Amino acid sequence: MSDNQGPLWEVFIQTKPGLPHKHAGSLHAYDADMALKNARDLYTRRAEGTAIWVVLSENIHAIQEEGNSDYFEPATDKIYRHPTFYELPEGIKHM
Amino acid sequence: MDKAVENENPELLADFQAKVDAEIKIEPKDWMPDAYRKHLIRQMSQHAHSEVIGMQPEGNWLTRTPSLRSKKILLAKIQDEAGHGLYLYSATETLGISRDTLVQWLHEGRAKYSSIFNYPSLTWADIGAIGWLVDGAAIVNQVSLQKTSYGPYSRAMVRICKEESFHQRQGYEILVRLMNGTKEQRDMAQDAINRWWWPSLMMFGPHDADSPRSSLALKWKIKRETNDELRQKFIDKTIPQAELIGLTVPDPDLYLQDNGSYKFGEIDWEEFRNVINGNGPCNKVRLANHIKAHQEGKWVREAAIAYAERKQSQKLTA
Repeated sequence: MSDNQGPLWEVFIQTKPGLPHKHAGSLHAYDADMALKNARDLYTRRAEGTAIWVVLSENIHAIQEEGNSDYFEPATDKIYRHPTFYELPEGIKHM
Repeated sequence: MDKAVENENPELLADFQAKVDAEIKIEPKDWMPDAYRKHLIRQMSQHAHSEVIGMQPEGNWLTRTPSLRSKKILLAKIQDEAGHGLYLYSATETLGISRDTLVQWLHEGRAKYSSIFNYPSLTWADIGAIGWLVDGAAIVNQVSLQKTSYGPYSRAMVRICKEESFHQRQGYEILVRLMNGTKEQRDMAQDAINRWWWPSLMMFGPHDADSPRSSLALKWKIKRETNDELRQKFIDKTIPQAELIGLTVPDPDLYLQDNGSYKFGEIDWEEFRNVINGNGPCNKVRLANHIKAHQEGKWVREAAIAYAERKQSQKLTA
């Protein structure tokens, strides 16, 4: 039998009700129950969170802009999606 | 060109340096020079091991604290140290090395930890000195490392720094109480400072001129300030704190210069090398304790794996 510290989990903490969960770090645990308990002990010792998610690191799929600029390109060539693109008459209010 | 990067692709290397220069953090999946990865693995795992081994001199006093209040506080501090070790191990693992390997290297003596933890904690005042001086020195180093170029390391440092100032205050409070006590208590506090002062200054490492790895580490912004700069910062912060409660540091050559900074005496580098090379008062016992705890925990890890596997197979057959 192998002697290791279990698979890696990513921990996401919600700091206040209503806010999104934010990545806090990672930890080792053998199952989800243990991962949640370890996350509580490791990442919320000073009341940093009101809710915790744990996800097996291997289940996270990722892509980043570096080396994949084409992938994110469509977002940069549609500047008319930003409200600042539009010209408005002087004196307009509440828009 | 530096020998450490002579086999790297020059274009990738230039892009990497440009990112570092622009203060863009390097993330785990980004390209990085092999020497950068190796330097980080060495430095970060040494940092993680230090947090974990550092629990031992403090644990030594857990059963003998002067009050329940100080016991609860010390317990919380030691739990934080374990947590700091875990943040740092996780951050190191993002460089593609397993935690089991890091622990194995520690046990084989291939990885080091801060030599400060090879000194014994002889009296309760030592717990004060460790919190105030050792954690104080660690804070100066870690505040600087919050700006390190490697993203996961930087984020771990931000988290650790938030927690670390409680540690320094608990140590200082112990010394304040002793200094307000009997002559015996004041002597005990002074004796602890006499023993811990110089080892604390050694925590910043050799002088810049004798620190061979520093130049690349600074160029790649793994380190943001040199050993000597950080040491000076620590001394300038700490001396007034000592004076405030009537403690003196055991350095006859220390004086305040006109520029507001302290000039201090020469560090005993032979002692430093001696302790690093395994001949400090507690090197053997610290490592032996860690190995023992790891081996005695083996059945727990095995049982947890077996339990997880059985639950998984029950799920599959259900």
